[in-house]
Amino acid sequence: MAEPFVFDVASLALAAPECFLVALGVLLVCAEFLFPGQRLLLPALTMTGILTTLGLVLAGSAGIGFGGMFQVDGLARFFKVVCLVGTVFTVLLSQRNRQVEGMRHGEYYSLLIFAVTGMLVMASAADLIVVYLGLELMSLSIYCLVGLLKHDLRANEAAMKYFIMGAFASAVLLYGISLVYGLAGTTNLAAVSAQIAGRDAASEPLLLAGIGLLLVGLCFKVGAAPFHQWTPDVYEGAPTAITAFMSVAPKAASFAVLARVMLAGFLPIHEVWAVLVAGIALLTMTVGNVIALSQTSIKRMLAYSSIAHVGYALLGVLAGTEEGLSATMNYLFIYAFMNMGAFAVVILLAEKGQRRESLDDYRGLAASNPMLAALMLLFMFSLTGIPPTAGFIGKFSLLMAAVHAGYTGVVVAAVMLSAVSAYFYLRVVRYMYMDAPAGGKDVGLSAGVAVALGLAMVGVIGLGVAPSALVSLASQAGIGFP
Amino acid sequence: MVPLSWYLLLAAALFAIGLYGFLTRRNMIVMFLCIELMLNGANLNLVALSHYLQDLRGQIFTFFVIAVAAAEAAIGLGIMLALFRNRRSVYSDSITSLKE
Repeated sequence: MAEPFVFDVASLALAAPECFLVALGVLLVCAEFLFPGQRLLLPALTMTGILTTLGLVLAGSAGIGFGGMFQVDGLARFFKVVCLVGTVFTVLLSQRNRQVEGMRHGEYYSLLIFAVTGMLVMASAADLIVVYLGLELMSLSIYCLVGLLKHDLRANEAAMKYFIMGAFASAVLLYGISLVYGLAGTTNLAAVSAQIAGRDAASEPLLLAGIGLLLVGLCFKVGAAPFHQWTPDVYEGAPTAITAFMSVAPKAASFAVLARVMLAGFLPIHEVWAVLVAGIALLTMTVGNVIALSQTSIKRMLAYSSIAHVGYALLGVLAGTEEGLSATMNYLFIYAFMNMGAFAVVILLAEKGQRRESLDDYRGLAASNPMLAALMLLFMFSLTGIPPTAGFIGKFSLLMAAVHAGYTGVVVAAVMLSAVSAYFYLRVVRYMYMDAPAGGKDVGLSAGVAVALGLAMVGVIGLGVAPSALVSLASQAGIGFP
Repeated sequence: MVPLSWYLLLAAALFAIGLYGFLTRRNMIVMFLCIELMLNGANLNLVALSHYLQDLRGQIFTFFVIAVAAAEAAIGLGIMLALFRNRRSVYSDSITSLKE
């Protein structure tokens, strides 16, 4: 059975980034209270703190702490980096977006930090209790962030929908966990894996139900079909910086849990759940790509696009191999850059009182703002998966991994749906370059958004031209495939 | 002594009632109550199994779940209150300003 719980300094050292973030979150609340007039203090503190945490994550050593509940390994470290990179982008985009949306709440940054803490805990969770706690810390903070604009009806509605669906997903997940706990006799993932390794899972309906419910709960959190209905509404109603955040960091963290639970916990019965995941991946890609075709709001289009990308990323989990996992990890990292870039453009276009979230607002953008249009073109190409952008590398390695694992049918469907996606991504490009401008667009540049755009551009081109460093980093996930 | 299966059946019933209510009701408060019912189904499962397995993890987990559910209720009711102030309604049918 599991080793006794010990609280020691070595465990605390493993969790140093998380401890630091909690302290930072509390500090931010105090700073807001003590210096209410300082506009730039909070973002500066947040940025410094996140970069420090990034350093702590990269410098930290691997190991298992807190009686086997908390694990730092290649997988955890990689996903933590993805979440932190997503947060760096969000902080860069926040200043401008908060001005435009008239959001002056100081708790914004501390909530962001607490959400990231939850994500880092999720990435390191080696026990179902820790999975649940990390997930809830992340979700509860994000419910608040979505609904922070209390007087905006759209934000209220988005927060309400997100909350109801999220709480429902947590309840389903929890019931699944309780069944797995009963049948395996433990909540430790390594021990669960050892317990069910010798069993014939197909003949144990309760175990199957437990795994199924766990999977459903996690699919809600990543926004995979048929559990995606909340995604477009929430993405549309939330403040755009938070939408950008939600499309990258919580997804990466949920994928970390999905990878850890399905691949470290339930790998012995891979063939049982692979059918289910294959179906979900297929449906997710279809729903995301097909419904995105008919969208007229860029935020809704990017929401359906993010659903489609979850479908692609699931292919790596489906493969159930080391190659598949590292492909998923690569993809989520690349996705952070291209999606954040696209959202940076959306944020830059919005002005006070003018959302400019409709696709029509992009007509003729190339004439009035050639730089911005060129960047949007780059991000759209990358989201489509056209070489030499990073999106191509990510999609290619995912498809290869799934082919090597023998899921050729799913891959064929993925490629066809990817061609469908070219229509709605390139439609934005067509509007920008081939249509006449619909009214002048004076875009006031903000330093934060400019830095974010630059970073995203460097990421998308750099990772597309020279992906080898990233690929080798992701292949060191090492969660012990047989 | 009550056998384990009774507890598990009760837990499954609680979860199923909650699930049914969540899917059929349109009042946000009732939907939230149904989620609590589902959570308590899971809690009952955890405690009963913990006693059966003679393993404390399940009971510890339940305390965490109760604490998290309390925080969740606070946030959820806060969001509902904000919505109600703007809309004067807690029915999900009337909340449709975001749609395709």
